[in-house]
Amino acid sequence: MTQIFQLYVFILAGFIGFFVISKVPPLLHTPLMSATNAISGISLVGAIVAAGGQYGTVSTILGFMAVICAATNVVAGFLITDRMLAMFGGPKKSATTEGAK
Amino acid sequence: MTYGLLALVADSSAAMGAQDLFVQGSYLVASILFILGLRSLTRPADARLGMQQAALGMLFAVVGTLLNHEIITYQWIIIGLVIGAAAGYPMAMKIEMTAMPQFIAFSHAFGAIAATLVGIVEYRHAYAPGAEGLTPGLTGGTAAALGFEVLFGALTVTGSFMAFGKLQELITGRPITFRGQNALNLLLMAVAFGCLTMLVLHPETAWAFYAMVGLALFLGVSMVLPIGGGDMPVVVSLLNSYAGLAAAATGFAIGNNVLIIAGALEGAGGFILSMMMSKAMNRSFGNVIFGAFGATPASSAKKVGEARESKTITPEDAALQLAYAGSVVIIPGYGMAVAQAQHVCRELHELIQKQGGDVKYAIHPVAGRMPGHLNVILSEAGIDYGALLTDVDDANRVLNTADIAVIIGANDIVNPDAEDDKGSPLYGMPIFRPWTARTVYVIKRGKGTGFSGVENPLFFKDNTLMLYGDAKGVLGNLIKEIKALDEGH
Repeated sequence: MTQIFQLYVFILAGFIGFFVISKVPPLLHTPLMSATNAISGISLVGAIVAAGGQYGTVSTILGFMAVICAATNVVAGFLITDRMLAMFGGPKKSATTEGAK
Repeated sequence: MTYGLLALVADSSAAMGAQDLFVQGSYLVASILFILGLRSLTRPADARLGMQQAALGMLFAVVGTLLNHEIITYQWIIIGLVIGAAAGYPMAMKIEMTAMPQFIAFSHAFGAIAATLVGIVEYRHAYAPGAEGLTPGLTGGTAAALGFEVLFGALTVTGSFMAFGKLQELITGRPITFRGQNALNLLLMAVAFGCLTMLVLHPETAWAFYAMVGLALFLGVSMVLPIGGGDMPVVVSLLNSYAGLAAAATGFAIGNNVLIIAGALEGAGGFILSMMMSKAMNRSFGNVIFGAFGATPASSAKKVGEARESKTITPEDAALQLAYAGSVVIIPGYGMAVAQAQHVCRELHELIQKQGGDVKYAIHPVAGRMPGHLNVILSEAGIDYGALLTDVDDANRVLNTADIAVIIGANDIVNPDAEDDKGSPLYGMPIFRPWTARTVYVIKRGKGTGFSGVENPLFFKDNTLMLYGDAKGVLGNLIKEIKALDEGH
């Protein structure tokens, strides 16, 4: 039953993703990709449990490496997305080009 | 509880303590914020705030996870988080917008390494002798989830590193092909799926699990090698999708809904983008993956023999025309980013505006090395996103009434063969029609062909004038000439 339930979640989330993301304008396709990339760094959650649980030394080492990689993915992903979106933020930008006129 | 490290979901609610409720609550909040964050990307002005909230969601999920009762020691978690943050921060703050595709590929690889390692830990754990005194083992369903996790994960790891190498030009951007390549890849894929089936039927066969990891690592390399640099937007999108599917499979394996949701979102996003990119190149998805474009510019070579000459214009004359133009449309390609000409381009843009002209940019969906790449490059240079026309039909309407179209480092996206020549490999691709403007200036490094290796008849049209040279240098000259004109008054 559990896995059927998980499949429901997966399919419904996929539909939401499909409908929401189809509406993202081409202007923001690069930030979109870095945003989904940052969000999928959620593997961090699994990595944390692997690194902190009592599953033996090898598992702890693998989990530790997984935490490093996933944390890099999350931090870098969200920061770069923010850096890009700051460039597309509202009225500030058009003011600078107005000023140049 | 044999199915996962975080086997919290769908346990009977009676067994759920306040702690577990909090953990699940944090995941639910995170999932909602992720979806709202992506939704905010449909409106540029709200996007930043929305994604900051999504980052907050991630923080919730991490804090919630730290309260998981299965976690015994925190030292490795904390050290790992600190190292990851310390590595990620400078990377994200320093990276150039032109290098964004490499960066994303790199980041995909990292996320995929994490998913793959978690899969391996999970598999080892299920068969660790005497772990927790429970009968070890996996159900077929969980074994399938773990299998997909390491399959997509490992494929994404090496595939992303290959894409990174190509984009960073550590490896040639030209497709690397050999006879029987597709057959080999299909065979390897079949073997990998054979291992997966074996694993589902007999989850205890460790060799099948590790063989699958090895095969997927190899497949990542062999599938990206034959794909050329110009097709990278599709590849990067596809890897985006795979990374998401790996994360979702992790969610299935460890019974965690937030992973399933986040993975499904990314999987869908990557899939949509790769479809859009294939469509913008007018090629089927399969053709991009198995076609090895740039390698075979076979049929197109015929037309080169006619030895037509294209007309050139001096920077002085071009500057004079630009200074008095009412409307100018700039069509940039990846060549502009390579020449780092975006900043001089903005200067020219401002000069023309000062003279009373209107400047717009026509950005093709596949211009650059990843979807939307040139938009961020131009925005970083300080160009207002209101001036960017990202729809091919809109741009063509504006071009129709424009005085001057300036093509900077673009080629295939303005090739009229895509409309006129049924034999051309570009035929059917949606393109800009700069020749409908009064005059076309083409700034081009030399007389070579575009990435597809196809000759471009646009360069021989009556109203096309060539400005040969490095984009940055040519634009610099134009700026100098316009300024000289200004002072001459």
